[in-house]
Amino acid sequence: MLKIENLHASVEDKAILRGINLEVKAGEVHAIMGPNGSGKSTLASVIAGKEEYEVTEGSIFLNDEDIDELAAEERAHKGIFLSFQYPIEIPGVSVTNFIKTAINANRKAKGLDDMPAKDMLKLIREKSELLEIDRKFLSRSLNEGFSGGEKKRNEIFQMAMLEPKLAILDETDSGLDIDALRIVANGVNKLKSKDNAVIVITHYQRLLDYIVPDFVHVLYNGRIVKSGGKELAHELEEKGYDWIKEEVNA
Amino acid sequence: MSNKYTEDDLREELKTKEYEYGFYTDIASDTFPIGLNEDIVRAISLKKEEPEWMTEWRLEAFRAWEKMIEPEWANVHYAKPDFQAISYYSAPNSKPKYDSLDEVDPELLATFAKLGISIDEQKKLSNVAMDVVVDSVSVATTFKKTLGEKGIIFCSISEALREHPELVRKYIGTVVPQKDNFYAALNSAVFSDGSFCYIPKGVRCPMELSTYFRINQAGTGQFERTLVIADEGSYVSYLEGCTAPSRDENQLHAAVVELIAMDDAEIKYSTVQNWYPGNAEGKGGVFNFVTKRGLCEKNAKISWTQVETGSAVTWKYPSCVLKGDNSVGEFYSIAVTNNYQQADTGTKMIHLGKNTKSTIISKGISAGKSQNSYRGLVKISPNADNARNFSQCDSLLMGNECGAHTFPYIEVKNKTAKIEHEATTSKIGEDQIFYCNQRGIDTEKAIALIVNGFSKEVLNKLPMEFAVEAQKLLEISLEGSVG
Repeated sequence: MLKIENLHASVEDKAILRGINLEVKAGEVHAIMGPNGSGKSTLASVIAGKEEYEVTEGSIFLNDEDIDELAAEERAHKGIFLSFQYPIEIPGVSVTNFIKTAINANRKAKGLDDMPAKDMLKLIREKSELLEIDRKFLSRSLNEGFSGGEKKRNEIFQMAMLEPKLAILDETDSGLDIDALRIVANGVNKLKSKDNAVIVITHYQRLLDYIVPDFVHVLYNGRIVKSGGKELAHELEEKGYDWIKEEVNA
Repeated sequence: MSNKYTEDDLREELKTKEYEYGFYTDIASDTFPIGLNEDIVRAISLKKEEPEWMTEWRLEAFRAWEKMIEPEWANVHYAKPDFQAISYYSAPNSKPKYDSLDEVDPELLATFAKLGISIDEQKKLSNVAMDVVVDSVSVATTFKKTLGEKGIIFCSISEALREHPELVRKYIGTVVPQKDNFYAALNSAVFSDGSFCYIPKGVRCPMELSTYFRINQAGTGQFERTLVIADEGSYVSYLEGCTAPSRDENQLHAAVVELIAMDDAEIKYSTVQNWYPGNAEGKGGVFNFVTKRGLCEKNAKISWTQVETGSAVTWKYPSCVLKGDNSVGEFYSIAVTNNYQQADTGTKMIHLGKNTKSTIISKGISAGKSQNSYRGLVKISPNADNARNFSQCDSLLMGNECGAHTFPYIEVKNKTAKIEHEATTSKIGEDQIFYCNQRGIDTEKAIALIVNGFSKEVLNKLPMEFAVEAQKLLEISLEGSVG
């Protein structure tokens, strides 16, 4: 599904990613961990196609197609979804209106007509129940005055609505209390299938108790310095990141 | 033959005089020669078969206008029009310009299509000859019948001057006097036509006035005069303008709108203004210098809602004179400027009565190299005990070359007044755009979404059907504003 080869990226001429190699197959869950400033969020943004980030070397393939030249919305149309670490406020635009616009934009890109209102309502009801979202929540302005938990739940709600091929969850666990974490993780697990893939970016092992990864990668200084199974996450939880840094610097 | 000077003699003499001055043949033709003087004013009045008092009223306005100076205080810059280079009368319903839609500017047709305007309407709007549409004729007839049964008068101001001169005479100029300002004086002297509306006591107008006449509204002239009178306890919602782009050749538009809400009456006045804004380099476009004012008697309410997206230069302050106790004035505005457009718009809320209340919500959106100013006055007079005002002025900027300005004036002469003013300025952020992009929404659509969200409080005040069109209009107005 996703193949990243020797990816170098910089922002404002500062190199952040320095040669990432990663392959994610359909049906897999990958966790990317690492200390602050290691380039985790940058990697997510680069895959999603944020313009400020310049790919200086290497390639990103989605289903064998080089997506480097594609605009962010075109990548989204191809099934890439990013759950933002800090979801953005859009005052005056309701959660419902936003997701409706997004769904119809994706349908249009596929040559489909707008989703009929009846189907849209049904889908919204179904997915909001899955994430235990209150109906009143749906009429609120997007992310405006939302608590940390509400923001993250709304991200996963959008993911559930859009049914992406590749979902990247950037620090989805930050700002969540344990109940919200369980709901969000449940939602992600229910959406998981053999046809899609998930990349979980996280600082802590906590989320991985709920969304169990097939592979864990450690990102440090813009490179993946260690990969392993889910037990690697436990090891990191116990020992912290210092031993990794030492290994790399040795 | 008696020596008594009869009316017939007068008429005869007038005719001869007109002829002497060289206007006789011109009156017969559809367009007057350029220039403005007393004879032109008289000729307009004569052409429209107006009563003598009306001719005098116009002349009084003209004489005042001659002594006035074009205002320069607004935050707009333009080459002043040469008032002697304009023709002040063009017969309405002149012949169609084109025989078929194929001859019309394709860009204009594309915009019509985006707005979802029917083929027949497109023809009418772009001045193409068309057959009578059975449907719209029958709708219009039913419409007039329903209004007639309720005693509502809704017609052109020319017709009103013929059919109901006493009403026009009683109210015209009572809210916006002839000498009110330079453009109002000009309008009073030369206005060509406009609308008149009278709602009798206690009648609730059963429909939004003028929705069904959208097509007919499109061709209105450059000096429009509107007079709306809501008698005691009545209600009317009036829609003005057209979402369709108007490629008017007239550069100067100076309209006057007067609203009178008597005791316990309510008037809702909604405008969508989409005159030609000029091209992307700032060439051409309409100068829109409008005076709109409403008078509220006891317990009355007037709401102005406007969506201003067109014109090269806009100078417009729909205002409320809250004369009666407990009266309410509201102003909801969205003003969009793009490319080289300039808008200086806002409102005046004049609190005279006790317990009067006003609300101002202004949303300015600037893009390109445009300048967008909000200018508002809240005035509390000494007798206006317990007056309240809430003002909110929000500006949204797109790009780094446009400007947003807020000029709030507050004059309070009564200690019991309570006034609140809030103002914000924000910029559409790259993060917001990326967030939308990531969800599959392209940048153009993302901007439309953000702008609509920003304008929501005002869009919500528009009648449903109008609101949908206005939303589309915002999108189209801002197209190409982000590289």
